[in-house]
Amino acid sequence: MPRLVSKHPLYVRITHWINVPVLFLMIWSGILIYWAHDIYEIRIGGLLIFKFFPDWVYKVLNAEASLAKGMSIHFALAWLFAINGIVYVTLTFITGYWRNLMPNRRTPMEALHVMLHDLKLRKEKPPQGMFNAAQKLAYCGVITMGAGSLFTGLAILKPVQLSWLTFVFGGYEFARLLHFALTIGYVMFFLVHIAQVIRAGWNNFRAMVSGYEVEPHQEKPSDVVVSTTTHA
Amino acid sequence: MSSSPQPPMPNPPNHGVEVTTQQAKRKTRRAFIGFAGAGLFGAGAWAWLGSRSLENALPWPFRKAHEFNEQIGRALFDPNRLAPEFSPTMAREPRPNGPHGMPVATATDWKVAIEWANGKQSLSVAELFKDVPRVESTTEFKCIEGWSSIVTWGGIRLVDAAKKHGWPVSDFEYVSMMTPDGAYYVGLDRPSALHPQTLLCDTMNGEPLTALHGAPVRLIIPVKYGIKNIKWIGRIAFMNIRPDDYWAQRGYDWYSGL
Repeated sequence: MPRLVSKHPLYVRITHWINVPVLFLMIWSGILIYWAHDIYEIRIGGLLIFKFFPDWVYKVLNAEASLAKGMSIHFALAWLFAINGIVYVTLTFITGYWRNLMPNRRTPMEALHVMLHDLKLRKEKPPQGMFNAAQKLAYCGVITMGAGSLFTGLAILKPVQLSWLTFVFGGYEFARLLHFALTIGYVMFFLVHIAQVIRAGWNNFRAMVSGYEVEPHQEKPSDVVVSTTTHA
Repeated sequence: MSSSPQPPMPNPPNHGVEVTTQQAKRKTRRAFIGFAGAGLFGAGAWAWLGSRSLENALPWPFRKAHEFNEQIGRALFDPNRLAPEFSPTMAREPRPNGPHGMPVATATDWKVAIEWANGKQSLSVAELFKDVPRVESTTEFKCIEGWSSIVTWGGIRLVDAAKKHGWPVSDFEYVSMMTPDGAYYVGLDRPSALHPQTLLCDTMNGEPLTALHGAPVRLIIPVKYGIKNIKWIGRIAFMNIRPDDYWAQRGYDWYSGL
C-alpha cells in the first residue's frame, strides 16, 4: 500500500500560496509606478544592452499612464505582503523549521554540487535532506530579499520620517534602484523556481498543495524504518 | 564499527501513514478542491475590490487604504524630524512639470488672499515677506513620478509668516492653497504646513523664481511630494474641513506625506 509522507506544514503552504498572487500584484503595480520615471537600463561601455522596460512590456501589462492606480494597489497590498512574510518567518522560528533552511559552511560547495548534478555534469547525488543546499540558498535568499523589499520600500515611502533608513540604503535614489533590482531578482527566482518545480514533477507539486508526498508501495519496510522502530 | 552507541538522528525520517490507493487519491482530490476554492475566492475578492464605486477616482477600498496609511503617516510624523539638507553646490534646476494654474503673465500687482472663518487679508508679496526672517535651504525635491532633484530654495517659513501676520493657524486643522485662477489647488494638514522646512519661496538656486517655477511666490514643503508644492500662490485659506486637492481628486493619496 502507498504511504502518505507529510512534507510541508500547513502554515508554509498557506503563506506560500498567499504570496503568489500578492507578489505578482506587487510587481505589476510596481511596474505601473515605475513607468512614470523609467530610467533604469543596462549598458556595457556606451552600448545599451537592455532598457527597463521596452514599450511593448508596458503595453502587454497594461501599465501605461496608471501611476495613481499603481500606487493605490501597491500601498494597500504591501500590508498583505509584509504581514504574510512576518507570519511565515515568525512561525519558522517558533517551530524550528528554520533549521531546514539555514545554510552553513558546507552549503555553498554542496549547492554547486546540486547545480552540476541538475545540469547532468556530475553523476553522484548531492545530499538532499528536507531541502538540498541549492534550495537552502535560493529560499533563504528570497526570504532575505523579501525583507529587503519591505525596508527599501519604507525608505522610499518615508524618506523624511525614516530618513535614517533611507540613509542606510544609500539615499533616496539608490534605495529606489535597490527596490527595483530586488524585483528583478524575484523574477529571476521565479523563472528558475518554476523550471525546477516542473522538473521535480507531480508528487513534489502535490506536496506544496496537500502537504504530503505519496510514496509508492514497498514490498518490505526499509532498513531505516526498522532502525527507528527499534530505536523507539 | 566501534561499540559506542550511535548518536540519535537529529531528524528521524518521517515515514508517514500507510493508506489505500483509493484513500490517497481521495485526499489529494480534497486538497486540490480546497486549493481551487481558495484561488477562486482570491480572484473573486480581487474582482470585487476593483469594481467598487469610485471615491475620488479610486475604488473606495483603495481610497480607504490610502486613508488608513495616512493615519499611520500622521502618527509617525514628528515636526522635529527634518528632511536631509545638502550642500548648495549640489543644487540643480528641477523639472518644471505641472503647468496647471500658471498665469498667462505674472501680474505686477500680485496679491495673496489669506482667509479663515472670520478673517481676511490681502497682501502683496512684498507685504507678505516684510519683516519675516529669510531662510535658505537645500533639500531634495521629490516628484511623485519617482524623480528627485536637489534644489536651494529661499523664502520665509510659513509658520513665521503666520506669526507675523496673525493668522490663527492653531484654530484650524487644514490649509488650502490655490492659484489665482483656481485651476490648481492643494490641501495640507496643519502639522505638515507648519513644519519648520515648509517655506513660501521667492527664490530658487539663488535667483528670483522664474514664471515656470511659480513666480512670484510658491510653496516648498519637503515633507510632501512635489504635487503639494504649489506654484503661483493666489490664495491661502485655513479651515477645518479637508480641502480639495487637485491630484487627490485624480486618484492620488490626499496626504502624500514623506
